[in-house]
Amino acid sequence: MGIFLKQNWKGVALLCLSILLIIIGVLRGEPATVLQKAIHICMECIGIG
Amino acid sequence: MAKKRGILRHWFQAAFFALTNGYVVGFLTGKIYQGNTKALCVPGLNCYSCPGALGSCPIGALQSILDSRTFTVSAYVFGFLMGFGALFGRFVCGWLCPFGLVQDLLYKIPFVKKVKNLPGHKYLRYFRYVVLVLFVLLLPAVIVDITGMGKPWFCEYICPSGTLFAGIPLVATNPDLQGAVGGLFIWKVSLLVLTGLLSVISYRPFCKYVCPLGAIYGWFNPVALYRYTVDPDKCTECSACKKVCKMDIDVWKHPNSPDCIRCGDCKNTCPENAISSTLDKMLHKNKK
Repeated sequence: MGIFLKQNWKGVALLCLSILLIIIGVLRGEPATVLQKAIHICMECIGIG
Repeated sequence: MAKKRGILRHWFQAAFFALTNGYVVGFLTGKIYQGNTKALCVPGLNCYSCPGALGSCPIGALQSILDSRTFTVSAYVFGFLMGFGALFGRFVCGWLCPFGLVQDLLYKIPFVKKVKNLPGHKYLRYFRYVVLVLFVLLLPAVIVDITGMGKPWFCEYICPSGTLFAGIPLVATNPDLQGAVGGLFIWKVSLLVLTGLLSVISYRPFCKYVCPLGAIYGWFNPVALYRYTVDPDKCTECSACKKVCKMDIDVWKHPNSPDCIRCGDCKNTCPENAISSTLDKMLHKNKK
């Protein structure tokens, strides 16, 4: 485990930071905005406008 | 052996597409899945308006946050992007992206003269960063209407993946949408056809020159948990890796280039077995 962390500390640190960012995003209520957009057909995305 | 591994990769790509686009009813009825899993991002460029999609495209999700009235930055989507990047880097492009699979398959179509790169490759390879900054980050956040809402510029004007996996299936099966087809749809289908034609001639032109998601994951290649190393004691600098690399990378010099999509062709071709991934090393160690 020690060697793994030593060789991959940058990746592990970024992974921890990513989890922190996701938690912050959840606390800010961002998933609801993503969900709201994703459950309706995005007219712009499919080229209808 | 290398060919067998290439086929294995395509099966893996197809299986991952089926897993993340498993709402088959959507393809038959011209409707999209509306469950809660859509609040989660999938790693690849997989439009959330694809009838089968069970998750959200990170680029689409990022734009939906940026062009909303409530938020100006997205910790949530950047978290997903950073997480996928830190774990896999551009392994996502090579193994998990549905539009990557489409380009891989198109490149298998025989053509009189295949070219490794398109003309202007030296400069064109930076165009994906322009697309990322301009169409994904800046325009959706800056150009807003009187209500404070912006537009998903990349999805609306560029993304051929959205046209292929969402636009065409929905328009084909949903009569209400057929009546609304206009100039924008023709523009997007034209871009898709152009991308498809270029993919027959050259390997993955969209990934090389346009994809903003690949641009982001590319930055993580040198630090991701899944990355490549070249053993200097084994490497004879024969350049076999560069010759086989369809992304045109000097793998023996830059094993973690931001252009590398981790297809594994170089690893499978190296006559000295000098190239290995962190996963190979871990499995090898466990075998010992």
